[in-house]
Amino acid sequence: MDNIAGRKSALNWVVQISVFLLVALWLFPTVGLFVSSFRTADQIATSGWWKSLFPSEQNLVIRAADPDDFRIEKDGLFVVEGNLFDGSGAKVISVWGTSSRAIDAYEAGQTADLGDGETMTVQANGDYVWSGNDEQMAGRGQRVFATAETPPEFTVKNYDTVLFGTTDGAMAKAFFNTLTVTIPATVIPIIIAAFAAYALAWMDFKGRALLIATIVGLLVVPLQLALIPLLTLHGSIVELWIDILGKPELENARRFAEVNPLGELLGYQPGDGVNAKGYLGIWMAHTGFGLPLAIYLLRNYMVGLPRDIIENAKVDGATDFQIFTKIILPLSFPALASFAIFQFLWTWNDLLVAKVFLIDASGKTTVMTNQIVELLGTRGGNWEILATAAFVSIAVPLAVFFSMQRYLVRGLLAGSVK
Amino acid sequence: MHPAIQGLLTIAIGVSACVGYFALSNQFLDKVLFPAKGPNAGRNINRANLIRPWLFLFPALFALGLYLAYPVFETLRLSFSERIPGGGYKWVGTDNYAQMLDDRKFKEAITNNMLWLIVVPAMSTAFGLLAAQLTDRIRWGNLAKSLIFMPMAISFVGASVIWKLIYDTRPVDQDQIGVLNAIYLALGGAEPQTWLTIPLWNNFFLMIVLVWIQTGFAMVILSAALRGIPEGTIEAAIVDGANPFQIFFKIKVPQIKNTILVVWTTITLTVLKVFDIVFAMTNGQWNTQVLANYMYDNLFRANDWGVGSASAIVIMLLVTPILVWNVRNARKEMR
Repeated sequence: MDNIAGRKSALNWVVQISVFLLVALWLFPTVGLFVSSFRTADQIATSGWWKSLFPSEQNLVIRAADPDDFRIEKDGLFVVEGNLFDGSGAKVISVWGTSSRAIDAYEAGQTADLGDGETMTVQANGDYVWSGNDEQMAGRGQRVFATAETPPEFTVKNYDTVLFGTTDGAMAKAFFNTLTVTIPATVIPIIIAAFAAYALAWMDFKGRALLIATIVGLLVVPLQLALIPLLTLHGSIVELWIDILGKPELENARRFAEVNPLGELLGYQPGDGVNAKGYLGIWMAHTGFGLPLAIYLLRNYMVGLPRDIIENAKVDGATDFQIFTKIILPLSFPALASFAIFQFLWTWNDLLVAKVFLIDASGKTTVMTNQIVELLGTRGGNWEILATAAFVSIAVPLAVFFSMQRYLVRGLLAGSVK
Repeated sequence: MHPAIQGLLTIAIGVSACVGYFALSNQFLDKVLFPAKGPNAGRNINRANLIRPWLFLFPALFALGLYLAYPVFETLRLSFSERIPGGGYKWVGTDNYAQMLDDRKFKEAITNNMLWLIVVPAMSTAFGLLAAQLTDRIRWGNLAKSLIFMPMAISFVGASVIWKLIYDTRPVDQDQIGVLNAIYLALGGAEPQTWLTIPLWNNFFLMIVLVWIQTGFAMVILSAALRGIPEGTIEAAIVDGANPFQIFFKIKVPQIKNTILVVWTTITLTVLKVFDIVFAMTNGQWNTQVLANYMYDNLFRANDWGVGSASAIVIMLLVTPILVWNVRNARKEMR
């Protein structure tokens, strides 16, 4: 038995290490983006993010202070003293030089002879003393080429730019647009599905089995098939709407030529157009696409609720509607939460449905995923903006994921996924 | 109106309309149409109970029919017709399909999709099974699972940005900021590669993104299945002197075969619909086209609804075997 126990502990170590490697491999990409979002454009462009976690060696070109303003006369010589890093004290110089051809000519603390009595001394912490005669100590400050050990440096400026900047600030708006899409698109299907699921789980009627089978079938219908028919449908609803509230223009049936009193009451004027793309359309679309999973998950859960409770309630004279609202709905909370998380993640992360049903040429109704794709196209090289924008969009789903993981897992196990 | 207010209003209206509909229609049924009193009380109750399920089901059936069932048939019809400029459609038979089959990009999309269909489910399931088995018996297993599962919450677009940074390329004389090139150069590669433009290989670089996302899903399901295996079978194998690998491959895997199949098909469905990753990372350039993106290109860039619908039907056809299998399983379970 000792032998087996020994092998077991060795195997345990192998398992521990493999899991660690696997987790590291899976985390590495996300961490890379996260770290990059806290670096400046320069830092991202010049070194890999994994290097930013450790002190790095940088070649810097810095000018000493302007001698015309800062020189002090001392013993017949003019002296400029100061710190190359303005006293920030974080960087440590190892070697330095005064010419681009010999950037490692001197070590920290050594004094360089710049000819005709002009000298310069640079310390490891960046303190320097530069002295010479009146003629030498004029014009621009002496250039110093320093090789310095730089500690990790991070900034939150990117988040400021992405969320509140004028040109990139579209992200803040996109954030709220996404929220506007997501919440109704999560709440509405839950209600509709809950009633249907109750009927499918606890009411007896002809064709129930067939309906359940149909819903299982619809579960896998690719939403790609729905795009064009629904876009056309939304278009004809808009045209109908205009017909009800007035008369359409001849060349554009989605614009008012005349408005009747009812239309005026709703605030329309002749010449106003009605857009077939918009929030209402995307809410409806997400509701339709989310329903099969919602009904399927909720029905499977409700079927498992104890029969006694429901039958007792019926004996006590409760109607189906009361049983549903007072007993089934509260008991089904875990399943409702599971679906809510799925639908939230799915609508928040969606690109295709938003592109087809929401985003029009005006650019007012963009969502975050679309905003990021556009950034990828126009600013593929601006990693600081991209990384930050992507992280802003990822942050909310990640928060939901980590706080509600239990329900997510339960939902996954209860049924298949879209 | 501010969209946020519009959103809140819609929730309020939508929710109250739904609740109102259910409450009022039930009241109407019980109090007005078939009151449970008077001479016909018994018959009325029975009648009301015949109708009630449909009251509960109506909104859902209406939405499902309009947003999922009807579009399937409408797309099928569109795939056999062509838009006439100025409105209306013309029946063109199988012209759209013929045109699509002649398209080089379509052939490319089909080939790539087949590659995706083999590689992504296989790798996700394999990694998921590995992770499930390894994390099951260690103390910080739940934390490890949670971290491997995390990419599930990240959008395909977000994942595309994450992985684009990994595949990034800088000129040869600069420091590489993409980790793949950094590793490649450190291992003795001659010069940095632009990974996403190397035909055939770039497909695999895109697939890795989806594998990364889907592995967590596979792991969660498979881990639950592994836990459901009766301890007795494993103990018996240990007593018989089976080593851990034999236990895993000969005892455990055969017992969770069905779950593996479910995971496999679910990931297959995701693969068939994959659009965002290709759209965001290469947009189908450099021979990376896939069906879903090909369809989007035709529908919204080329504005060719006929060919676009035809390619959507192709996706539907590829999904159909899984649809049939799922429905049959569901019916079996219900019996």
